[in-house]
Amino acid sequence: MRNKNQTRREFVRNLSVTALAGASLPLFSSCSKEEAEDFLQKHFLEMTEEEKKQVIAKLEQRYLERYGRKFQISTQKALPETLWGYGLELSRCVGCRRCVYACANENNTSRYARQLHWIRVLRLKRGNLINLEDSEHYYAPETVPEKGFIYLPVQCQQCQNPPCVKACPIHATWQEPDGIVVVDYNWCIGCRYCIAACPYKGRVFNWAEPNLPKDEVNPNVHYLGNRPRMKCAVEKCTFCIQRVRAGRYPACVEACPTGSRKFGNLLDPKSEIRYIIERKRVFRLREEINTESKFYYFFES
Amino acid sequence: MERLEGLLKETWHFYKKTLGLVSRGSKIYYAWCFSLLAIIIVGFIFYWEQHEMGLIETNMTDQVSWGLYIANFTYLVGMAAAAVLLVIPSYIYQFKPIKEIVVLGELFAASCMVMAILFVMVDLGRLDRVWHMLPFVGSMNFPASLLAWDVLALNGYLFLNLLIPIYLLVKSYYGKEPNWKFILPFILLSIPWAVGIHTVTAFLYNGLAARPFWNASILAPRFLASAFCSGPAIIIIIFQIIRRVSAIKIEDKALFKVAELIAYSMFLNLFLLGAEIFKEYYSGTVHMASFKYLFEGLHHHNELVPWIWTAMAMNVTAFILFLVPSTRKRLSTLNLGCLLVIVGVWIEKGPGFVIPGFVPDPLGEIYEYVPNLVELMVSFGIWATGLLIFTLLMKVAIPIETGEFSHTEYEKGTYTFKRH
Amino acid sequence: MSQAHLLKTDRLHRIVTMRKISTIIASVFWLGVFLIVSARVGAQEFPVPPPPFTEGMFPCSSCHASLETNRKKRELKEEHSNIKMHHAEAMRWCLDCHDAKNRDKLRLFNGELINFTESYRLCGECHGNLYRDWRAGIHGKRTGYFAGTGKRTYLLCAHCHDPHEPKFKMVIPEPPPFRPTDRRNEK
Repeated sequence: MRNKNQTRREFVRNLSVTALAGASLPLFSSCSKEEAEDFLQKHFLEMTEEEKKQVIAKLEQRYLERYGRKFQISTQKALPETLWGYGLELSRCVGCRRCVYACANENNTSRYARQLHWIRVLRLKRGNLINLEDSEHYYAPETVPEKGFIYLPVQCQQCQNPPCVKACPIHATWQEPDGIVVVDYNWCIGCRYCIAACPYKGRVFNWAEPNLPKDEVNPNVHYLGNRPRMKCAVEKCTFCIQRVRAGRYPACVEACPTGSRKFGNLLDPKSEIRYIIERKRVFRLREEINTESKFYYFFES
Repeated sequence: MERLEGLLKETWHFYKKTLGLVSRGSKIYYAWCFSLLAIIIVGFIFYWEQHEMGLIETNMTDQVSWGLYIANFTYLVGMAAAAVLLVIPSYIYQFKPIKEIVVLGELFAASCMVMAILFVMVDLGRLDRVWHMLPFVGSMNFPASLLAWDVLALNGYLFLNLLIPIYLLVKSYYGKEPNWKFILPFILLSIPWAVGIHTVTAFLYNGLAARPFWNASILAPRFLASAFCSGPAIIIIIFQIIRRVSAIKIEDKALFKVAELIAYSMFLNLFLLGAEIFKEYYSGTVHMASFKYLFEGLHHHNELVPWIWTAMAMNVTAFILFLVPSTRKRLSTLNLGCLLVIVGVWIEKGPGFVIPGFVPDPLGEIYEYVPNLVELMVSFGIWATGLLIFTLLMKVAIPIETGEFSHTEYEKGTYTFKRH
Repeated sequence: MSQAHLLKTDRLHRIVTMRKISTIIASVFWLGVFLIVSARVGAQEFPVPPPPFTEGMFPCSSCHASLETNRKKRELKEEHSNIKMHHAEAMRWCLDCHDAKNRDKLRLFNGELINFTESYRLCGECHGNLYRDWRAGIHGKRTGYFAGTGKRTYLLCAHCHDPHEPKFKMVIPEPPPFRPTDRRNEK
């Protein structure tokens, strides 16, 4: 039954796509070569292994031309028995923003016009943690930490009950089996409803063609993670999917000079993140919204 | 099947005739159409720039990620939904004066729908991927995503509001009695559907727990109430223009009836808004920030404050004008009231509703969004497109309604093109 | 040159050569013992990078072996003058942690000598809670592969905290993000 349905669906799709392609020929003339090439690309989850290979080959060629580097584009699937969780010790964060730039370098985000950051570090007056209305995003003192302030880094909290996935009208964003919420950058139509739906500002938008200098590019990428992206699609933190699925710590964890950032598998009782949950007083941002985020803030002892 | 074939044939013939009809008219008609066309072209040029460079051409940012486009969209969905106000009394209660003009009201709704959909399209970052939204071809996130619901609701409503009036007009053109068994279900369906589109659009915002300003259950009723103010108000104005430039007769009685409905709706709108303001200000939680930004300014950011108070003044004045029978039944004060409502509600549920939802953003940042030239020009272009579509529809519909443009008249060759 | 003299020189030569050989053998042996022991006790348990010695300081014994031990608490003027003691200095002195006889080692309360690569054991004697968290990977920093066979590194306490002056130094923050209205954010 399912098969028959699928064939029919496939048929309807092929037919309509052909008709659509014909009808939108004038549009093609306006599109860049890349946009035209990608026009009929399928949703990532619906591609066969063969189609994935073709897409990867196309991208490798394209990135080689654009950045002069040979890219390693992974499509590695989620590891079995994993559910990634993150820990951040607020009492140790000094607000130095090393994580912000390590993330940008690792994840090939646009550097200017518009600059995109997946991590924001908020400065809060001591005595307050929940009301972010008085937070300062643009603090720039000579040195940190400053007297009377604490720092709250915020990035995608990888909700187990993600409002952005619910909001997306076209399944362009979804949750992987290991709990990471990813975006198919080639499927996103740029409606930005997910940005409106996210309570953590975990999603950012490429308002123009991203500006990524050749010499700053990171060629080790994942298709659903840090591959160079295009204009007017949404992107977000993926817990460094390209690293964590290979058993490496995310870039922000490695960059943190105070060791405030912790990472691990929530399903592994011996993992660092499980130790934190069991031994420390943890809380999650905006728990009242019931997003079941997997980003645990904690304090000393 | 045969009947359907016949219908299609008749419709096709009808289209050919109407093409001739819309291409001829008075100097004023030409001037009007071509100035609209000029605005459309300018708007399109600006849109092209935005399409090529990306949405960086607008003043929207990651902080305020929706702006003037979505504000206009919200307002126009309300306008379109308001057409139902005219459908209910006319079809259900056979209220004579309104029945004559209901077709025009529905065509108005269709034009609004086209504008609303265009506003969503220009807001999309990737127009080339819009096919991902199509049912069966793309992968619609139905029923989880309210935006997927909205796509279905809006397109369905557009379909209904084109089908019903065009069917009735074609029948009228051929001098035949409409097959009520065929069209009445659609007419009846259009009533809940009208409520539906605006409810779904309200839920689109309402369902976002991340944005306390929108996350209020009073939103859908508020949306409907304000829609039933602005929609009929603009229809009153348009009908007066129509009866001046064409032979169609629209009685004052019909206009006053509509105005009375506006008074009730405006009361409801102000009451619901008041209820919400009370809740926010009396409980005074952190969620009040957006209301504060809108009504009194937040941390010295008060871009929207003069706008919202202007809107409040306009709405209250209009309410009084429509409430008092003597001002309601005088055309000059009636029209003043209508203008106040149209602008007042636009501010209140357009920019005054969409922007504060993003200010402050979930991490407490305040970015003061003001639309830039590109957004303004593209918006003007879309409004002009809607007006042009409506004008052309009227150019056909009015002569049919008056009986000047009909199959028999055409065959006789006696139809002369009237000024419009 | 006389026969006797020749013989004497030859014997001297042989003695010298034998001494050299035995020294080499001994050093190789002891180096092996050192490596095995340190590998088993330190590096095996927690893979740590080399401890943060001031350049040219280690091994300490290269100087201290020939110096007399002065146990008196005093201000150091000739050497190590860069060390400012701000770590419960009222009740502590160099030789509370550094072993007096073997300066290449640290000394625990119970008299056990440990290598610098195991210094966390010494720190843990006072900072028990932190030591427990550090062992679990919660306090301090770990880099590399947290799973699988890839290389991983656990920083020592001393990599972040100067043991003589453990309070964190202020750091210069990276620049803030561009504001939405920043010109660098415009096309």
